[in-house]
Amino acid sequence: MSTSTKAGLSDDRPILEVRGITKSFPGVRALKNVDLRIWAGEVHALMGENGAGKSTLMKILAGAYRPDSGAILLDGNPVQFRTPHEARLAGIGIIYQELTVAPNLTVSGNVFLGSELSRLGVIKDTAEMDRRTQGVLDRLGARFRPNQRAARLAVAEQQQVEIARALFYKSRVLVMDEPTAALSDRETDRLFEVVRHLRSEGLAIIYISHRMAEVYELADRLSVLRDGEYVGELKRAEFSAAKVIEMMVGRRLEDFYEHTKRAAGRVVLEVKDMSDGERVKNASFQLRQGEVLGLAGLVGAGRTELARLIFGADKHKSGEIYLNGERLQINQPKDAIRAGIGYVPEDRKLQGVFLQMSSGENITMNILGSCSAWGVLNFKKLNDRANAEVKAMRVRTASLKSRAGGLSGGNQQKLLLARWLEINPKVLLLDEPTRGVDVGAKAEIYALIQQLVDKGTAVLFISSELPEIVGVCDRVLVMREGEITGEVGGETGIEITQQNIMQLATDVSRSGPTHGN
Amino acid sequence: MVTEATTQTAAMAADKRKEFTRSMIQMAGMVPVLVVICILFALLTPNFLTQNNMVNVVRQASINIVLAAGMTFVILTGGIDLAVGSVLGFTAVIAVVVSLIPGLDWAAVPAALLAGALVGVLTGMTVAYIGLPPFIVTLGTYTAIRGAAYLAAGGTTVINSKIGFAWIGNGYVGPVPWLVIIALLTVAISAFILHSTVLGVHVYAVGGNPQAARLTGIPVPFVLIFVYGVSGLLSGLGGVMSASRLYSAQGQLGIGYELDAIAAVILGGTSFSGGIGTVFGTLIGALIIAVLNNGLTLMNVSFYWQLVIKGAVIVLAVMLDKLRTRGQAM
Repeated sequence: MSTSTKAGLSDDRPILEVRGITKSFPGVRALKNVDLRIWAGEVHALMGENGAGKSTLMKILAGAYRPDSGAILLDGNPVQFRTPHEARLAGIGIIYQELTVAPNLTVSGNVFLGSELSRLGVIKDTAEMDRRTQGVLDRLGARFRPNQRAARLAVAEQQQVEIARALFYKSRVLVMDEPTAALSDRETDRLFEVVRHLRSEGLAIIYISHRMAEVYELADRLSVLRDGEYVGELKRAEFSAAKVIEMMVGRRLEDFYEHTKRAAGRVVLEVKDMSDGERVKNASFQLRQGEVLGLAGLVGAGRTELARLIFGADKHKSGEIYLNGERLQINQPKDAIRAGIGYVPEDRKLQGVFLQMSSGENITMNILGSCSAWGVLNFKKLNDRANAEVKAMRVRTASLKSRAGGLSGGNQQKLLLARWLEINPKVLLLDEPTRGVDVGAKAEIYALIQQLVDKGTAVLFISSELPEIVGVCDRVLVMREGEITGEVGGETGIEITQQNIMQLATDVSRSGPTHGN
Repeated sequence: MVTEATTQTAAMAADKRKEFTRSMIQMAGMVPVLVVICILFALLTPNFLTQNNMVNVVRQASINIVLAAGMTFVILTGGIDLAVGSVLGFTAVIAVVVSLIPGLDWAAVPAALLAGALVGVLTGMTVAYIGLPPFIVTLGTYTAIRGAAYLAAGGTTVINSKIGFAWIGNGYVGPVPWLVIIALLTVAISAFILHSTVLGVHVYAVGGNPQAARLTGIPVPFVLIFVYGVSGLLSGLGGVMSASRLYSAQGQLGIGYELDAIAAVILGGTSFSGGIGTVFGTLIGALIIAVLNNGLTLMNVSFYWQLVIKGAVIVLAVMLDKLRTRGQAM
């Protein structure tokens, strides 16, 4: 056990030590013999692909799950948390990705939730709670007041409320799960200041993130999990992107984007003057056979809305859709599907996967009609088709009967893609298909898109990650404020680069250079 | 790489075994509870475990089984049907009234079934197209159809001592009453629809994730109309069974039946939020309720205490189920 880089505030003993933790669920082996050591006064990044076991480990630390075996040591003393409350009292604070602020309570009401101060044991002592909350808010440099209603606060501020709550319980270990996922760049900078400040106060911070850049900027040390196992840790001096990815994926990444230039064929899908009267304005474009057409733009530019209009998920006010030259009447998703258009939605859990149903049912949901006679299912046929997809897509599931909700994000996404592949779509609309998906599955999804296009499917690829757009697409449309404002690649002669796309997406010319990112 | 692959296969095999035990537990559901209660009663009263009494229990459960089977469809989509008791009363009155019309007595059963299905379909259309919460829509039909039942019966009891379909309520096939056969057939057909047909998968899909169902091209409104239609139809069947058994019907017939039906579904392990559950479970749930009623009566427990015990058992049984399946929430 060597002394750490920045653990100057404590001796050789880690403040938190996890020893040989194992936890399994039916259908998933979540953690296998995982070790982790965290010192006071350090930011310790916890990295790993989705499904690597980060969330499970976090929930064990939070007292939400109990491990099958292994021990947690706090200051060298073994502890067992039976409830989240016990973990909190012991000094482990958790900031979840999905914030848990109660919108109708005030800031101090949230901070004191569950341990309200009272006078004579009955009357809430609001004034005192506000006063003490203000003290914590000052520590965080927060700019809102304790008596404000939480619903009025921005996401970043709500997050500060949660941090304040954790500090209030005298947390010595703060676990943050993807804390910047919903923050703007400026808010992120602000959060980093807070994190650094807390570190200087001697807190140990476990920082879970996918974003390498953040980890570089903040972390003193990082640990990597893969497939529920502890791979190892790196000190700050040893950080390198190649190394971290290798640890996370377990193999060297071959060329991430296997992109061969494709010759676009005839027009498959043509959209003319599509409008919904609000978020999409007169969008027109052509999608050709054998091409991946990117749809880029800032969040809120209308990309998802446009895809949903084409698919019939929302009603369009005006506009025409042609498939192979034929006019389509699309009033609901069923019409689009019948014509051969598939849509992988942006929000996998809410709009795509049937979490309570089996992997097999999720794959075959679109082909029930063709695998049945008089409405009675042919299970043999369905199982064969589902099995073939599971093999081809390398879905990691214990069996076709395993519930989809127990699979990792990447595997759920594969189920969704497999569902559409089963109908051999002419056009596939992919909305953020790699969001929340681990690196390995990402590479597989790119390869799959390549295969699809080779077979003649035309793909519309919506993504907020520019490197991925640049790597995958043959041509890119850029949207801004509901309009298609430009195009790069293809016959435009403009190279597909992040700079060129960003320029079109943000309209630097009009609003001046203040829009710097 | 090779060793990694083999450990992975081993892990997968272990997962598969767990998956199997889990599905067995899920299938078995409340069966152990039912068995324990039966053993208790068998020990406590000599008359419980006789063939006669066993047949009696299932016959007493038969109408609730039929209603609860329909309720299972509805709850699987995340809805609820509070009107089943009212529809039962209404359709029972219709069956008797029509059976009294000379020359039209053959139409008694079809008329009752049709009336039930119609109420269900209209309910389903209101839920599907207007988007009102099922609780509110069926609270409305619960009240209105009850009124219709009183009106149809003219405020009294309608009687037909020579009712044409008396065999349904009073006939036997060997030692087995027709009521029992009808109830079990209902369960079998419902289970077949839910498990083995396209429509059945759609029911689970709509209940589990309505947004995804729509984006997958599943005709969500049709599925909703179907489940409420089934519930209405089976309530109508319940009405026919009651009318036949009693040779009569009256406005207040079936009051409170919806609660026993809901209790059976919940005892059977169907999730109130939709997407999870089986009709087989519902059958077990209905039997638990019937066994309790029967056993406690045999033991001369007062009706008031019966209610208290029944209520406690329902909550306890579901609690037990929750404890047992805890940790499988993932």
